[in-house]
Amino acid sequence: MVAHLLRLKLTLLRNGLKRSPWQLVGLAFGGLYALGIVGMCVVLLVLLRQEDPDLAQTVVVLGGAAALLGWGIVPVIASAVDMTLDPARFTTSAVPMPQLLAGLALGGLIGLPGLATLLVALGTVVTWSRGVLPAVGALVGALLGVLTCVVFSRVVTTATASLAASRRFKDVSGIAFMVPLVLLGPITAGIFQGMAGSGAFLSELAGRISWTPLGAAWSLGGDLERGQTGPAGLKLLIAVATLAGLSWCWKLLLERALVTPPFAGSSRRKGGRLGLFALLPGTPTGAITARALTYWFRDPRYSGSLVVIPLLPVVLAFQGSQTNDYGVLMITGPLTAFLLAWSISGDVSYDNTAFALHLAAGVRGVHDRLGRALACLAFALPTVLVLATVPFFITRDWAWWPSILGISVGVLLTGLGLSSVVSARYTIAVPLPGDSPFKKPPGNVGQTLAVQFGGMGVLLVLVLPEAGLVLAQVLTGDPLFGWINLALGPVLGAALFILGVRVGGRWLDARSPELLAQVTVNR
Amino acid sequence: MSTPLTALSIRGLAKRFGTKIAVDGISLDVPAGSFFGIVGPNGAGKTTTLSMATGLLRPDFGTAVVHGVDVWAQPLEAKKLMGILPDGVRLFDRLSGEQLVTYAGLLRGMDRDVVAARVGELLAALDLSQDAGTLVVDYSAGMTKKIALASALIHAPKVLVLDEPFESVDPVSAANIRDILDRYVATGGTVIVSSHVMDLVQRMCDHVAVIAGGRILAAGTVDQVRAGVSLEDRFVQLVGGRSRTEGLEWLRTF
Repeated sequence: MVAHLLRLKLTLLRNGLKRSPWQLVGLAFGGLYALGIVGMCVVLLVLLRQEDPDLAQTVVVLGGAAALLGWGIVPVIASAVDMTLDPARFTTSAVPMPQLLAGLALGGLIGLPGLATLLVALGTVVTWSRGVLPAVGALVGALLGVLTCVVFSRVVTTATASLAASRRFKDVSGIAFMVPLVLLGPITAGIFQGMAGSGAFLSELAGRISWTPLGAAWSLGGDLERGQTGPAGLKLLIAVATLAGLSWCWKLLLERALVTPPFAGSSRRKGGRLGLFALLPGTPTGAITARALTYWFRDPRYSGSLVVIPLLPVVLAFQGSQTNDYGVLMITGPLTAFLLAWSISGDVSYDNTAFALHLAAGVRGVHDRLGRALACLAFALPTVLVLATVPFFITRDWAWWPSILGISVGVLLTGLGLSSVVSARYTIAVPLPGDSPFKKPPGNVGQTLAVQFGGMGVLLVLVLPEAGLVLAQVLTGDPLFGWINLALGPVLGAALFILGVRVGGRWLDARSPELLAQVTVNR
Repeated sequence: MSTPLTALSIRGLAKRFGTKIAVDGISLDVPAGSFFGIVGPNGAGKTTTLSMATGLLRPDFGTAVVHGVDVWAQPLEAKKLMGILPDGVRLFDRLSGEQLVTYAGLLRGMDRDVVAARVGELLAALDLSQDAGTLVVDYSAGMTKKIALASALIHAPKVLVLDEPFESVDPVSAANIRDILDRYVATGGTVIVSSHVMDLVQRMCDHVAVIAGGRILAAGTVDQVRAGVSLEDRFVQLVGGRSRTEGLEWLRTF
């Protein structure tokens, strides 16, 4: 039965890849990325073999504990856990519980995160291959540790299944997850700085953690290397007990979950609140603007990118504080403009088959394009103006202000025009409606990359005049170029915006059914 | 060319997906004012045919004409005449039910006050008033079907094309929807529904076409097609594929 479940998982994976060769490309890219990280970790672990055992022990235990925590936390907040072997689907098959548990646990290892964790964990065997006993200890610890990771993540996801099934929780957690992700740079830098100043503290912390369920499994090899056989035995007991306890919890939770499916109810609400539809003009364009704006705030796939924007200056300011040169803050404006403008380049892909309504209603292409672009412009313009100006209160280098303002508005308008053209012709792989913004999107990864990079390349060419004026000001130091830019950016941008909406509208009129057929593939 | 008395005229529609021919040259005339059922087994090409007839999927061959307007030559004019409920497409489900139907009305360039009045009546008729402010993403399957139907009705089309309109709709709502459709046909509208519930089609429709394997096996009034037996029996005769009920002896050995 266990082998059967594993074969099912492999078959599902293989059939998923068979659907299109591009799925394979996507997996290959994900694999390369994971391989890079795994490779770095393994090299680190191999190098640690030559180092002081205390240092090696600290790194292995802390790293292992972090991995275990990650396996517990990430699936919940990202609601991106791989549910191909969702236990609920086995409810009617009457699989004996122990075999179901074993099959699901081992099945959890198939897939990129599982394999990556297993490989890195096996790397610790190399770290401790300083003798037979430590190597065996490390091997046992690694296997125990990886299994604990998988089971822990299943316990957490099963326990929070009813919570995670609620749409509101999914929406909020998906967006909240953005924050640490964007601030990853400053956070890790902070941790490293803290670490550099407190090596002794960390090794003490690792020592403590190695006595807890978090670190016990990972400490076996190190303890045996340092001749601490007694503690190692105790820690082995702790690790085994942890795995057994977690498995038991999982079994209880699963038994309960199989007979009480999660309830995702929500309160009924009477009508009377049309929101933006009542405020904006009652025309097709106005309605599309209202719809798109509503989505910017209600759909986590859109609002997730809104959360990133206010964090941008924080990241850049951090960068500045490292080098004490806040000049880098000046790119906040143009960068925000680019991100916001480019965010609608996949608008039809985000609609998915809901786009059929536009097609069925016979919406004219130019109305569709203009509505979407205006929705983005409505909040992007003020945001960009503010973020392009604020840095100058810090740098006090006001000579650059007109130029930066000009190029920011230019990039925003040009980008919106280009996005309107791009999304009228090409679809890209994006998370499906209702999915977590982090879920690996189905579909054509190759085309997505080509469209994204090709589009950015074209945008770069289109804003060359503004960029050239900035460069001219850098070279000559003449503020006149800045003032020219302030005039040129909006004018050229507006022209390209109108052109983009027109061209995109014409393309949409000609090819809407084909566009719908393309997004239908990703349903 | 079709006469004005023909609501929808399909000539030689065909579509191929890869190596699979989904629709293999279908021609069909739907008389104006008729309640027209399209029945067929799963994968017969019903949805593909209706998508091509309504301008959602470009056919490889053939034409579709709605009240004299070619769907693929003058798509915007043709779509004004049609209300479409496609099967298996998503809705803009982050809008509330009320917002979604309003959106559908405004997209068609209707006046805001007219839209508001009709939205209220439609939601009441489909028993959705209590959930008008709930997001569509939180609706049940049947409610989702009903709100999609409301979006298709909002502009008072001359022809309604409904793909599986009764799927997962509860019996009371289904009866309400049938009443609405009956009255609509009585006042001169044309309804085209696809379904695989034969009973429903036999009771509800006056015309029927049987599709299988991308071709039309029979078409005409319900009485012509069923030729004295029940529509379900006639359908099974036409489509075939009934497996003999011998065998499976072990099923009785529990």
